[in-house]
Amino acid sequence: MKITLRNPKRELEVRGPLSVVALLQRLELNPESVLVIAGDELVARDVRLDDAAVVEIRPVISGGAS
Amino acid sequence: MKCRVCRGPAVIDVRRHNAAFCPEHFVTHCREQVRRAVHDHRMLEPGERVLVAVSGGKDSLALWDLLVDLGYDVDGLYLGLGIDQYSDESIRYARGFAGARGLKLHEVDLGDDFGFDIPAAVAVTHRSPCGACGLSKRHLFNAVALEHGYDVVATGHNLDDEAAVLLGNVLRWDAGYLGRQHPVLPAAEGFARKVKPLVRLGEREMAAYCVVQGIDYQVEECPMAAGNKHLGYKEILNALEDRSPGSKAAFLFGFLERGHARFAADARQEREALGVCRKCSAPTTTDVCAFCKLRERAS
Repeated sequence: MKITLRNPKRELEVRGPLSVVALLQRLELNPESVLVIAGDELVARDVRLDDAAVVEIRPVISGGAS
Repeated sequence: MKCRVCRGPAVIDVRRHNAAFCPEHFVTHCREQVRRAVHDHRMLEPGERVLVAVSGGKDSLALWDLLVDLGYDVDGLYLGLGIDQYSDESIRYARGFAGARGLKLHEVDLGDDFGFDIPAAVAVTHRSPCGACGLSKRHLFNAVALEHGYDVVATGHNLDDEAAVLLGNVLRWDAGYLGRQHPVLPAAEGFARKVKPLVRLGEREMAAYCVVQGIDYQVEECPMAAGNKHLGYKEILNALEDRSPGSKAAFLFGFLERGHARFAADARQEREALGVCRKCSAPTTTDVCAFCKLRERAS
């Protein structure tokens, strides 16, 4: 499946099928810090992503002035 | 995962509530958390005019959307910081949101209106970019609210923001800041009331709210925030949260319920010592306020 990561924007390929939680573990990402979007849909961590899925992993942390 | 409410397919889990939600009931969850925060902390009264500080990011646009949805009279204020392409893009998101919904957006630009921008301020002072930005925002949100007769300024600080600020304040045992850290800062001479209605919602929930509601927001991080210490605090707190869901909420709400009052006198003393800026009449501890000093040096 094609994975897009942000900040900085980059793309990579990961072989599916794979659950969302397994994908995040493989990429060493904390599920608290990201959303996973398949196509245009938000997906929960137990969803199984197939090999043809187009996935965005979007960071949710923003920093700066308080 | 099934939606806690309707048992349909869930799109997001909220582990601190031991719950997952479908899109429809997730929106209901967010609305309810804001309604509860506003009610519990007496943030807003019916009929009050609210000015929401809008950056074009997920938190401020979600906040504006939620407050309008709950029936409040809310206009937006965007502050142009002059951070190259990042600022050019952020205003497009703010204008796009307001334009599509017929909402009023005030625009203030540091460069056009005050003769400096954040990169210039950083170049000539010892302030960090986030320090100069935060100072400018606090000063101008308050000034615009007073000038235009708004009752209250609402900001998009969420649970993660507040927990990270609390961690920083505790690490330094900064009594004045701890006394001021509250979801509501009441109005006082020279100050509009300030409220944080997203305090019961996490950062991940706010991003998810925007995705579910189709709100187009600026995902890119501010290029000048790299290395910001609050980002580090958030990473630490998220590592704790992953191991022990609910840690951030317990930390923040435990402080508000059992710790905040112990520091309130420190904050009160600081406020009582405030005078008036010779140049702009804003509250200040010195002859000229920090914003006017920054402007003098950077413009």
